[in-house]
Amino acid sequence: MNRDRASVGLEVLEPGPLATVQDLGRHGLAGIGVGSSGAADRGSLRLANRLLGNDENAAAVEVTFGGFAARALRDLTVAITGAPCPVTVDERGAATNALVRVPAGAVLRLGVPDRGLRAYVAVRGGIAVDPVLGSRSTDVLSGLGPEQLCAGVELPVGPAPRQLPVTDFAPVAPLPADELVLTVVPGPRQDWFTCEAFAALLRESYAVTSETNRVGIRLDGPELARSRDDELPSEGMVMGSLQVPPSGRPTLFLADHPVTGGYPVIAVVVACDVDKAAQARPGMRVRFTVKGRGHR
Amino acid sequence: MRVLPCADSGLLVELDDLTEVRALHAALEADRPEGVTDFVPAARTLLLRLGPGADVTAIEHAVRTVRPGEVADTDSELLRVPVVYDGVDLAEVAELTGLTEREVIAEHTGTEWTVAFGGFAPGFGYLMGGSPKLEVPRRVESRTRVPLGAVGLAGSFSGIYPRESPGGWQLIGRTELRMWQVDREPPALLRPGVRVRFEEAE
Repeated sequence: MNRDRASVGLEVLEPGPLATVQDLGRHGLAGIGVGSSGAADRGSLRLANRLLGNDENAAAVEVTFGGFAARALRDLTVAITGAPCPVTVDERGAATNALVRVPAGAVLRLGVPDRGLRAYVAVRGGIAVDPVLGSRSTDVLSGLGPEQLCAGVELPVGPAPRQLPVTDFAPVAPLPADELVLTVVPGPRQDWFTCEAFAALLRESYAVTSETNRVGIRLDGPELARSRDDELPSEGMVMGSLQVPPSGRPTLFLADHPVTGGYPVIAVVVACDVDKAAQARPGMRVRFTVKGRGHR
Repeated sequence: MRVLPCADSGLLVELDDLTEVRALHAALEADRPEGVTDFVPAARTLLLRLGPGADVTAIEHAVRTVRPGEVADTDSELLRVPVVYDGVDLAEVAELTGLTEREVIAEHTGTEWTVAFGGFAPGFGYLMGGSPKLEVPRRVESRTRVPLGAVGLAGSFSGIYPRESPGGWQLIGRTELRMWQVDREPPALLRPGVRVRFEEAE
């Protein structure tokens, strides 16, 4: 490959179950069917970039359920946020939510996290793959953006930003182990459901099923009954929507959700809690608590 | 007009029909309220997606007070789409509509269609305004693989598959014209408001 030396960054040795490049996503193109995509846990990506002095929107590697390894092709400064994976650099332990130096030739390795699902490996300078329609994010639903990462892929890293890192460690609240509480607001089609359905959503807990990916989390629990049977004309969806298909069990939409959907949305998870939802792993319980309109 | 909140991530505006959706979309696009990152028009709704920290109350006020203008169809771009009418469902569409295959082609090419909205996949446009004689249901069973460029009918809509994908529309033909190319400006030929004329190709 005829690549500019300055852009050489890291070589993926093991991607783990799924590793993709993500920034804060594609915006302004929903009208032609392009989803926003971007990091599933945006807060964790932002934190990693802030630690490094990067632009908040700089691209990083989103690692799903650990198992990721990469070799630095030059001296790099990285920060790992999100799911607390055990991290090593050439077998020596390193911290998460902190600046970590990875010398040229050294291997950075993320083990399986004991909590959470997605970790972010950000590099000072940002992952500099070519953007597609204004974003470097991989959208697993539409296939836009770079391919998911596989062993042998070399990821270029951009020039270091002018800004120097101001802190080398950020305190982060631990992720819950068994039960996640998410704040919701009644959704645009709450009136398509029985009163009992919304009450049940708030009263009962739902299980995160194994059908969970960047598109959404299929939840299992009490059926949410509709009060009307007519067909909803497809309409735009937002991240955090709890869309209820004919099974009556809600799907919580994450970053790569479809732009439009034809099933009613009973409730919407507030934006900051969508990040928490993106860390929910199969088997966990989710509870929903309501926040009235006007919550920011 | 009903304005339905989607937490702090969006406002779903419900309107009477597509004409109102397009008028409101055009008016808000021309004077985009601060904090709106994206518009998603659909058949009877316009979704405003909001960025972090957007002032939902101010945006709702802007939606309620904006003066939707007239949307002049004739001003928008006309796209000519050459189609080879050899689709696998052409015979079935003829049977469902009570037309001959030649008449199906004549009806499909005989009127101007307009892109109402997108959403199914990048570059897909729901085309409206065609002949009412062509109204057919979706296929009972979806196909797992519909080829790129397939031209189909479903309900009162026509559409063109922008890439190979699963799909349940009745396929009447195919076009070589690429509806979606990420490295082209614009990437999508079918954008809301674009007028389409199908032409039978040799």
